[in-house]
Amino acid sequence: MAARLVGMIEAQGLTKDYGEKRAVDGLSFTVQPGVVTGFLGPNGSGKSTTMRLILGLDAPSAGDVTVNGKHYRDHPTPLHEVGALLEARSVHTGRSAYYHLLALAQTHGISKRRVTELIDLVGLHEVARKRAGKFSLGMGQRLGIATALLGDPSTLLLDEPVNGLDPEGIHWIRNLLKSLAAEGRTVFVSSHLMTEMALTADHLIVIGRGKLIADTSVEEFVRRASGGTVLVRSPQASSLRDLVLGEHVSVTSTEPGLLEIGGLTAEQIGETAATHGIVLHELSPQQASLEEAFMELTRGDVEFKAGETASPSVADGVAA
Amino acid sequence: MSSIPTVIAVPRLEQPGRLTQARVAVSEWTKLHSLRSTRWSLLAATVLTIGFPLLFATILSTRANPLQEHRHSALEVALAGVNVSQLAIAVLGVLLITGEYSTGMIRATFTAVPKRLPVLWAKLVVYAVASFLLMLPCVLIAFFGSQAILGRKDLLQISFTHPGVARAVIGGAVYLMLVGIFAMGLGAIVRNTAGGISTFAALFFVIPPLLNVLPTTWNDAISPYLPESAARSIFALTTDAHSLAPGPGLALFCGYTALAIAIAAVLLVRRDT
Repeated sequence: MAARLVGMIEAQGLTKDYGEKRAVDGLSFTVQPGVVTGFLGPNGSGKSTTMRLILGLDAPSAGDVTVNGKHYRDHPTPLHEVGALLEARSVHTGRSAYYHLLALAQTHGISKRRVTELIDLVGLHEVARKRAGKFSLGMGQRLGIATALLGDPSTLLLDEPVNGLDPEGIHWIRNLLKSLAAEGRTVFVSSHLMTEMALTADHLIVIGRGKLIADTSVEEFVRRASGGTVLVRSPQASSLRDLVLGEHVSVTSTEPGLLEIGGLTAEQIGETAATHGIVLHELSPQQASLEEAFMELTRGDVEFKAGETASPSVADGVAA
Repeated sequence: MSSIPTVIAVPRLEQPGRLTQARVAVSEWTKLHSLRSTRWSLLAATVLTIGFPLLFATILSTRANPLQEHRHSALEVALAGVNVSQLAIAVLGVLLITGEYSTGMIRATFTAVPKRLPVLWAKLVVYAVASFLLMLPCVLIAFFGSQAILGRKDLLQISFTHPGVARAVIGGAVYLMLVGIFAMGLGAIVRNTAGGISTFAALFFVIPPLLNVLPTTWNDAISPYLPESAARSIFALTTDAHSLAPGPGLALFCGYTALAIAIAAVLLVRRDT
């Protein structure tokens, strides 16, 4: 019979300093089982550090994080609690995929048969006896996924799993993550790509500069960030502007005859226009894309901003 | 792309096993034998431990001149390889730890064994057993092989049962094993291959000759207690006034090794990975 699958990650005021630099700053969040939780933030915002703190690879400077109610290291069967794919490669380049998996499996008495099953599942059958150092980035990610699944864990921590995968591989990962969540597992997956999260995640934890920015469902995240402006095109734009302007209403205009109105719904604007006989050519509520919502919310939280730094090479890694 | 199933079923694990020290040792054995660098290092150690004495004996027996014979001892010939193969054993000891750090493997290892110390104990035990079991036949072959070659010219014959001989020959294997785990401790302290090998080389090959610049009385007072000279007394047949007897030498070097491992253990638990 199947083992229990109840997992939960709980962080309380989690903080990590590296010398002067604060990588993670007072993070508190809970990752629930049964859904895919996206962990989103610009590069360098502290996602990988948080993952390492959860696994106990790094010790927090303050605060605490538990997995299924205990510190990760205190579980008697760690690989059965958490399976992890860390962003940086975590494989000895001189060892074959098979022996890499076998050595990790043996720490928990996991059989050779399961090692081969997982190699087949991730599609590494033909290269399993080759040295992992010769693997492409995509093959390395597949090996990482197999490693994470070894102990049939109730919680999965995956740091940027789609990096380096081809479209087919990305599609496969999405389906895998959804399947794992559907089985009741806790799936915590980080990315700096909002669009990827939009397709995979149900819930989002967004951080910037190590701080929590949002902990919300994907739909709510977009709704909040779009700010509810309405685009209005009218030959009588200036009359309309005078009519709607009020205490909580903002109006901006980028070209004659075009208004972007904030603080009113499309219905309210349409009714006002009708009452005063104003002709409208366009009346469209603006829904920010997930990407825009993300940019909007993390603005100011990106570590280096492209415009502000003299050295383009520093900005490059972050602008992506 | 249509071939990708929407639902991907991960095979379930019937009975997840607990993490135990014995299982970690099995895992470390798999790690040890599944690396090319291990096989090459151990092959080098084997070839050097056996090959050097046989070569030495052959040269002596072809060029022997009775007047020069006494400048060498039978054990010096039989254990000549140990001086060279110790480098291969030490480098491997360092690499078995630092290779995990340089490749990032250590993160996978510590995710599987988050308490960390079982990994250090397992590595030490597995490497100690493997190196001793491999080096013991090597020193025995080196002894009997070199004796056989020298015996053809009736040179430098000594019996294995002669007092101290068996102890010194087996001591050669013990020496290599201890050097390996001492180096492993150094590797775990510095976590960097170049740093670990340099530290070992400094302690074993650089500092001892440097002490010769000291006044003789100082040198004689300090030298016997250095890790290298303490360790060498394990396979020395005779001891002079300025070296430790095999027992105390072994004890002192075990102390140095224990110290290195203790520091490594404390750092292993405390440091971020």
